[in-house]
Amino acid sequence: MNLNALRAFVVKELHHILRDRQTLTILLMMPLVQVILFGYALRSDVRDIRMVVVDPTPDHATLELQSRFISTNRFRIVATSQSPNTIEPLFRRGSADIALIFDPDFASHLKSAEPARLLVAIDASDPNTGTTYLNYTRAVIASYQAELTAQNRRVQIVTETRMRFNPTLESVNLFVPGLIALVLVLVSALMTAISLSREKERGTMEVLLVSPLKPQQIIVGKVLPYLVLAFANVLTALLAAWAVFHVPFRGSIALLLAESILYTLVSLALGVLVAAVTSSQRAAMLTALLGTMLPNTLLSGMIFPIASMPSWLVPFTYVVPARWFIVIARGIMLKGVGLTILWRETLILSAMALLLLAAAMRSFKPRME
Amino acid sequence: MTNAVEVRALGKSFGPVKALDDVSLDVSEGELFGLVGPDGAGKTTLFRILTTLLIPDTGSATVLGLDVVKDFWKIRSRVGYMPGGFALYPDLSVAENLEFFAAVFGTTVEKGYELIAPIYKQIEPFRDRRAEALSGGMKQKLALSCALVHRPDILLLDEPTTGVDAVSRREFWDQLGNLKASGLTIVVSTPYMDEALRCDRVALIHGGKILEVDPPHSIGARYTLPLVAVRGANRFELLQSLRKFPHARAVYLFGDELHYTDRRSDASPEAVAAELREYFASRGQEDVETRPIAAGIEDSFMELMGSAPPPPPRPTATAA
Amino acid sequence: MNSSARPTVTGTADATGGTDGFAVDARDLTRRFGSFVAVDHITFDVKAGEVFGFLGANGAGKTTAIKMLVGLLAPSEGVAHVAGFDIRTQRDRIRRNIGYMSQRFSLYADLTVRENIRLYGGIYGLAPEHIAKRTDTMLETLGLSSNADDLVGRLPLGWKQKLAFSVALLHEPKIVFLDEPTGGVDPITRRQFWELIYTAAARGTTVFVTTHYMDEAEYCDRISIMVDGRIAALGSPTELKEKFGADSVDDVFVRLARSATKGEAA
Repeated sequence: MNLNALRAFVVKELHHILRDRQTLTILLMMPLVQVILFGYALRSDVRDIRMVVVDPTPDHATLELQSRFISTNRFRIVATSQSPNTIEPLFRRGSADIALIFDPDFASHLKSAEPARLLVAIDASDPNTGTTYLNYTRAVIASYQAELTAQNRRVQIVTETRMRFNPTLESVNLFVPGLIALVLVLVSALMTAISLSREKERGTMEVLLVSPLKPQQIIVGKVLPYLVLAFANVLTALLAAWAVFHVPFRGSIALLLAESILYTLVSLALGVLVAAVTSSQRAAMLTALLGTMLPNTLLSGMIFPIASMPSWLVPFTYVVPARWFIVIARGIMLKGVGLTILWRETLILSAMALLLLAAAMRSFKPRME
Repeated sequence: MTNAVEVRALGKSFGPVKALDDVSLDVSEGELFGLVGPDGAGKTTLFRILTTLLIPDTGSATVLGLDVVKDFWKIRSRVGYMPGGFALYPDLSVAENLEFFAAVFGTTVEKGYELIAPIYKQIEPFRDRRAEALSGGMKQKLALSCALVHRPDILLLDEPTTGVDAVSRREFWDQLGNLKASGLTIVVSTPYMDEALRCDRVALIHGGKILEVDPPHSIGARYTLPLVAVRGANRFELLQSLRKFPHARAVYLFGDELHYTDRRSDASPEAVAAELREYFASRGQEDVETRPIAAGIEDSFMELMGSAPPPPPRPTATAA
Repeated sequence: MNSSARPTVTGTADATGGTDGFAVDARDLTRRFGSFVAVDHITFDVKAGEVFGFLGANGAGKTTAIKMLVGLLAPSEGVAHVAGFDIRTQRDRIRRNIGYMSQRFSLYADLTVRENIRLYGGIYGLAPEHIAKRTDTMLETLGLSSNADDLVGRLPLGWKQKLAFSVALLHEPKIVFLDEPTGGVDPITRRQFWELIYTAAARGTTVFVTTHYMDEAEYCDRISIMVDGRIAALGSPTELKEKFGADSVDDVFVRLARSATKGEAA
């Protein structure tokens, strides 16, 4: 083994690495960013659980139990009402995570040592958080019961739970909307970026520019097949989800497909922008991957709930298109809601699509510089 | 007779590098015009300005009477452009490539067939073969067909013969001659000096500057110093001896001989040739032939470059 | 009138330590890829200290033949020796005794001139003091002394090529293989490059070069022209011109290529 040669090689590789500023930045920044994100920001434990309380006969016992929840600093009461009718709209709108429904005779039964009934309904569209909410709730109730027992009172609190929207806590239900978002962005942004930059690298883009074609025509022509492809992918993914995994479809499929197209347009525009600012296929691929897939998996709420993120990180999630699409997809598939509930998210996605498409069209200049 | 191309004091820089420096030239309608120079001379930059892909920093240019900056859309539909490296789609077949480029210009292969037939017929038997599987010569013919199919008013070909074998190169220039005969204006760039002889007029370009513009056979006319060709055994030794000759200005290898340029502009070439024979005899180098010759394109190019060695290295241009 | 390039060196016994003093010899060297015969039973010799031109169109089999000779590709049939070593069984020793420079790649663009020289010196197993000394000499000869710490990627093409050639000779190999070394440069630099080749050959290095420039073929002592995987012509430029009744090697080439049998329109 020629040690001189070996040393020469090591030195050479070090030079290559240190002199490639772009790659170096990514290699050093990425672990740092990931450590920060995973260490501080992305958690599975939850902190701000929004609770609706339905208390037909409030008295100091029910209030006492409620204050136990509040004092854990994890629960926050967002609404109180005397009728259970308020719950469903709040759940569907995503304004509440958990509902605490007291039986009308809760207080009196508590005093008379009869079973005091309590219904806990949880939004389990994300089964991970749903389970966590349930566990915290049970813990609070159990400690309340233990306290009362320690005071030599015989009490019996009977809790019934309902996991709304996802009674069997299927995690696949959680993942499918996120996966659709991921697949769409992969096909649209990544492939578009690669296809456009390949044209530039090969030199054929020069010939296309020196022709009657306007750059916008070139972009649309290259991007349209990917729109069709993405659409086909959504159909396949949904079909697989429904046929193989029995993911529920409670809302309008037509609406879901329409929103998917909207989201795809956003991703396509991103792909075109990436191709416009990068100078090689390799750079386009790296940028597309890092710029779309990474935020889409980490910051979209697909895996790590946004509710668990620190407040400084939450604004960043607003610019991640997948974040809005996942809310829409989960809403339609698991909660069966429509535009009346999802109009805000749809509007945001539409605005993103228009802005990005306009920017993408502008970015492709009719000249080489 | 209007000019198909007019270039006036064109300048273009990329960062600190001047790719084009005060370039001016004209191409007449129906002319076969050659742009001759090595890599980095500025040929591709000039072509990109003429095809409206780049904007010049200084100066102006018109193609077919249209300004390259203001009227670029009009120019783009009338130009046939072949960039360096044959822009073809490797995973499409010969026929698919041609049909695509025809469609891009809003026409069909049938409409352009008559014009491209002499070239395309040679590759038509391979119409279903993928472009990546073609030889260099066939790619060249396909790329030319794609540039011609929409019947352009002017052809701009950037180094169409680079990296292609000698036979294909000859055939290509034969085709260009035929096209010119039909009245088409053609501007070609090439690093091969011998191809300059096949053009009506030639511009020698080096380091972003135009050295000379003339019909190829006139280029040598400006060569004022005596030029002598030397033949003999042991060429390298002859070369080294010649360089020691007191009046030598430049001595270079040239095919199977050496070309010697004398410093004295007033000396007669025959006298110099005789002097050299005596010089060799005195050094014991027998059997050396010397004869005065007229300067060829390469001689002129080298003389115009400056017979001093090329300047110290500078950063290369990002586009040549 | 004999117009050879330099005094021809007859096979000296010690020049390469090889068979009959030939720097390279090949007998019926063949290479197949499936049913396609890229190199078809070629036979030739290169004498020590010779400048040998290896010509042929793209696809004629040149690159494949060279790859076999430098030990990058195993032959399907036939025998060959480079610097006296068998190309099938002694590839390692061949690689240590040859220099190689190709147009596609030779030096690392993001390393400086000095770093490149040091790198290759290390790879060839030269001692650091040795490398340092050679570096200074080389830079002076090439005129690059003031550019020693410039990134190679920033040098103009001609200077890169001259540097690459010198680096290929850093370990003083007996034979150097040059694959289209002068593509694209100006006529003066090309000739300077060939003067470097002659200087090396005058020191006894055998130079095996391929090129697309037919006038450069004339600079060689002997040339071979490959057509469709076979050697269609072999000899000095003068001999071949006489044999084919041609004015230039270019003419010889065209006549041979036109009679190619592989059927494609070139």
